[in-house]
Amino acid sequence: MNEPWGPHDLGGQEGGPVDLAERDTAYWEWQIDAMIRLSLKKGLISDFAELRDGIEQLTQDDYDQCSYYERWAKSLAHTLVSRGVVSDEQLTKQIENVRRRQEAGT
Amino acid sequence: MNAPLFDVGQRVRIHDRTPAVHHRVPNYVKGQVGTVERVCGMHGEPEKFIRGDGNPRQRIYRIKIQQENLWQEYQGSVRDCLEVEIFEHWLEAAE
Amino acid sequence: MTNYEDDKDHDHEHDHSRTFQADHAEPTSDGARIGLALRELLIEAGHYTAEEEQTVIAAMQDASPRDGGKIAARAWVDSEYKKRLLDNGAAAIRELGYEIEPYEFTVMENDASTHNVIVCTLCSCYPRSLLGMSPAWYKSATYRARVVREPRSVLTEFGVNLADDIDVRVHDSTAELRYMVLPERPVGTEGWSEAKLAALITRDSLIGTQRDLVLS
Repeated sequence: MNEPWGPHDLGGQEGGPVDLAERDTAYWEWQIDAMIRLSLKKGLISDFAELRDGIEQLTQDDYDQCSYYERWAKSLAHTLVSRGVVSDEQLTKQIENVRRRQEAGT
Repeated sequence: MNAPLFDVGQRVRIHDRTPAVHHRVPNYVKGQVGTVERVCGMHGEPEKFIRGDGNPRQRIYRIKIQQENLWQEYQGSVRDCLEVEIFEHWLEAAE
Repeated sequence: MTNYEDDKDHDHEHDHSRTFQADHAEPTSDGARIGLALRELLIEAGHYTAEEEQTVIAAMQDASPRDGGKIAARAWVDSEYKKRLLDNGAAAIRELGYEIEPYEFTVMENDASTHNVIVCTLCSCYPRSLLGMSPAWYKSATYRARVVREPRSVLTEFGVNLADDIDVRVHDSTAELRYMVLPERPVGTEGWSEAKLAALITRDSLIGTQRDLVLS
């Protein structure tokens, strides 16, 4: 077999038992989901394929350590920064704002 | 709509290649031979779209592959199968 | 920040057994912070509003396996409908007023000798419009990796022990189709109303990780 194209191509790999625990979707995950749908609707991105492409280019370590919505968030951020919709500086600054607010518990 | 190149029941081989771009063919079915289970509609070709090469539409087929052909040590019935959606440009007729 | 490889290198060896985090993240994770920060910037720049976000979230939260259950129950009581559903899922589902664009929809029927199960090995495609949010395990690396190769052992973990004379069909949702399993109608439900039948149908039975429905 070839090397897979990206870390997402998991079919046929080995792994432990499936974790069957049910988990409610957190509100921030719904917000990421909505952001993706609205980015499509508003034309900031034109197809899910763009986001999948971004996810497939994550390093294997990054892919394996991220949860589902973290991967979507990273991919959308990568795409929108590379398109100039937001700048890297703006995003870095805002991440810091989010972190500070979270740590202050507000 | 282009006429489908393959018919239901026809044996086809999935190309064994890995373009360095987003594509929707899982590695484990590349190079495999299966039969057309269903002829589906036309959809945008992801590889060209991602390269900024328009969004040409391609026929999708559902391809049925026997599990014992996919995995050497497969545990189960010889009739167990896997079905996967493959774009026409990834298929060729097989003997 | 997002830790992309500068130059994609396919020469390195991939381990066959990888260690994945459980699919669970706090809003304080790096990825969540990136997403939340991006969201604030997009709203601030007027690309969308917080009201639009709420409308989208409410619509997503509104979809649930009850919708898939209603479609399956209709197929149980109306054999002509069932024929249309299995032949062209999208058209038959639209008949009942559900919007599933832009996807094609394929409904696979379980019977005495066949069991169907659905996965998306590449990313976790799921019929959200008819089943609501996908379960965490459906998105997990272990389910995606293993169910295509060892479906019978994975199904056993879900409590489904298939006899040898039942064939397994695994459906890997790789492109533009979405799938739903039509479970077998349980014996002892003759004469039941469509609504009562629909209430029997579970999310997992529509994905194929449950086979026998329990009479309530």
